[in-house]
Amino acid sequence: MTAAAIPIRSDASLAFVNYQMDHAYDEMFVTVGVPREHYRALQQTLLGLAPEELRKIQQAADLTFLHEGITFTVYGSKEGTERIFPNDLLPRIIPASEWARIEKGLTQRLTALNLFLRDIYHEGRILAEGIVPRELIYSCKHFRREMRGLNVPRDIYVSICGTDLVRVPDGSFAVLEDNLRVPSGVSYMLANRKVLKRVFPTLFRDYGVWPIDHYPQALLATLRTMSPENCAYRNDPTTVLLTPGVSNSAYFEHAFLAQQMGIEVVEGRDLLVHDNLVYMRTTAGLRRVDVIYRRVDDDFLDPLRFRPDSILGVPGLFNAYRAGNVTLANAIGTGVADDKAVYAYVPQIIRYYLNEDPILPNVPTFLMSDNTHRQHTLQNLEKMVVKAVGESGGYGMLIGPQSTAKQRDEFRALILADPRNYVAQPTLSLSCAPCLIDGEVESRHIDLRPYILMGEKVTIVPGGLTRVALRPGSLVVNSSQGGGSKDTWVLRDGDPTGGPGVA
Amino acid sequence: MRPPRNFYVKTFKREAGMLSRVAENLYWMSRYLERAEHTARLLDVELQLWLDQSPEVGAGRWRFLVDALQVAGVQGRLDPLQLAETLVFSRANGSSIVSCMSAARENLRHVREQCNSEMWEQLNKLYLQVIDRRAEEGWILNSHELFRAVQEGAHLFQGVTDATMSHGEGWQYIQLGRYVERTHTLAALMDTHFRRAAPATDLPVDSAEYLSWVGLLRGCAAFEAYCKAQTAEIRPLRVAEFLLLNPELPHSVRFSVDRMNAALHVIGDLTERREKLPARIAGRLRAKLSFSQIEEIMEEGVGTYLENIRGECAEIHAAIHQIYFDYAIDAELAS
Repeated sequence: MTAAAIPIRSDASLAFVNYQMDHAYDEMFVTVGVPREHYRALQQTLLGLAPEELRKIQQAADLTFLHEGITFTVYGSKEGTERIFPNDLLPRIIPASEWARIEKGLTQRLTALNLFLRDIYHEGRILAEGIVPRELIYSCKHFRREMRGLNVPRDIYVSICGTDLVRVPDGSFAVLEDNLRVPSGVSYMLANRKVLKRVFPTLFRDYGVWPIDHYPQALLATLRTMSPENCAYRNDPTTVLLTPGVSNSAYFEHAFLAQQMGIEVVEGRDLLVHDNLVYMRTTAGLRRVDVIYRRVDDDFLDPLRFRPDSILGVPGLFNAYRAGNVTLANAIGTGVADDKAVYAYVPQIIRYYLNEDPILPNVPTFLMSDNTHRQHTLQNLEKMVVKAVGESGGYGMLIGPQSTAKQRDEFRALILADPRNYVAQPTLSLSCAPCLIDGEVESRHIDLRPYILMGEKVTIVPGGLTRVALRPGSLVVNSSQGGGSKDTWVLRDGDPTGGPGVA
Repeated sequence: MRPPRNFYVKTFKREAGMLSRVAENLYWMSRYLERAEHTARLLDVELQLWLDQSPEVGAGRWRFLVDALQVAGVQGRLDPLQLAETLVFSRANGSSIVSCMSAARENLRHVREQCNSEMWEQLNKLYLQVIDRRAEEGWILNSHELFRAVQEGAHLFQGVTDATMSHGEGWQYIQLGRYVERTHTLAALMDTHFRRAAPATDLPVDSAEYLSWVGLLRGCAAFEAYCKAQTAEIRPLRVAEFLLLNPELPHSVRFSVDRMNAALHVIGDLTERREKLPARIAGRLRAKLSFSQIEEIMEEGVGTYLENIRGECAEIHAAIHQIYFDYAIDAELAS
């Protein structure tokens, strides 16, 4: 940027010297050197700090993460499998008006998706009317036949949802994907906030940011409203978090959330089923369990019903579930609604059940099972992002513009061999935000994952996890693929710079 | 130590018991940390003694260390560097300081949600500090710092735990692990010492033996306490009595068994278990220590006495396991 665009102190830092802007939407700047209103105070703070100071702050924050053990596990890497989750110190700031729209859009979307799940596991009206093709649902590997006709408490299948939003070049938000099975990352949202409040206390206070610290309490309240009807103490159900164990990549989060909620983290081996009742093994004997916040995939929940080689699950759990003696959150079989091919139909799903237009649009999506779509995609592979429908975490993806001819050929073959298994989207220019890279401020691509809770009511804590593609130019934000995260500040009102004490 | 019986009844309703797996993890975490601290203290003490000793005596002390720490599979001539590798850094030796620290951390990591972040941070920091070090030529002369760090880190962890964790059932398993381990290691250390030393009498030791008795006292973190109680004059019989039967010294066998008992009683009440096998065995051991005279013990043979204590420790451990951690499910469902 040109230093002349804004007045700066003569001893001010050169923080923004290497800040680049391209055609992507920039969260901070309108044009080079001219920040958006809600980013001005942040810019002033940064310009007042020397690079060494910035570096020192970042190091102190990294150390906090390491000592507190805020880590995740990378599968398939040999050297120490625990890594700290890279945290970027510069907050991503969302004005109140933008957030209000996001909130409405997310509530609408999850309400419709829950109605959709209820429908396809019961009457299947939407299929009968041909709005969503029957074969698309029945060919989905996350569709669970076992769930047909089974009623879940409050008819809510997805109680915890993490929806990935991106901001496209015109500045509007679009939904990139829904995570309706076991969305993760919320603990990093809370950890980032804790660190940021320590690092920029004055800035934080002056900005007037909505708090997010009540998330664990809201989650617990949501889980408790989901207690099974057969439960002896409907208002005081025994609630536990079921984890695959300490070697799972998200174990830190499981432990953290359970601690914050004051519930037990259990592994499959802590639970047992007798006469369709679920118990956990305690030092005082066996205790009934009513609600399970499960962070274990469907496949591994019950070796008697799903994968027989699973040692993470609890034999007999599905029968207890079917008997209505225990609630699983999320319900079994929700993956069918976040299948990337079903995703393409979500706008129609919203219109069908709610009779409303979607507030948050989808990203254009081409189904490879559709001849015209496929043709178009195969001819333009180098411009497209291709995704396997049932995958998550950035695995099984081709990013056209950054791919080699060999990778494209591989995907071409994969698509032709199993068209149902793939979708393609035009390569999106995710919006950019300033990030602190080695004492300087540089631009990186980001997305946003807010967390939606649905029980007796819908709760969305203002903010979410802003994920950052840390490699310059990269569009992949997944933690497993070298992404990081930053704190997300949703403002109480639109004019943060008006407050007193803002430098 | 033991709260009144109705103390728990009046508080808000809280289900009895905790996850067995979690209790077991806390128990083992505590045992491993205690073991790491004990090994570090012995090494620290030996290192100081070594500087004052002739090479021949020094070589004998290394063998003593191996026996006192019950390290299996160390034969023949002992090379200090290799020994250090075994006792401090080896991953193959499950009782080396590094192995113990990893195991303690791993056990705590599995139940992170049960402890406070302060506890986890303290243990994690200590772990990172320990695995950062490597055995090198001449390391032993510079490793005082490492041994201090382990001891101090363990004390700090204990302090943080006592100050921040609620003293409920989980905390009791941490106490239990510490004192079961301490009773066991103290008994092993004293046994090894008494087998080598001349029969303990109530006469001051000569200068040739002086260092090894001071070593024993320091190995039990008891030298200064002994001096306060008995002056600096080392009389073997009094040392033996002090380390075995003193009810106030944190590293005496009696003190450890008292604490073990207190923890078992509270756990028995909190879990509302009628079957209190572990508390019964521990109570018997406690009674023995409370009413023993040191002269009698010496007459019967201190070796046998200490061996019995180790045996009873193992029994208590097995009973804890059987009653609280890994009980048969059929019997539970029937009751």
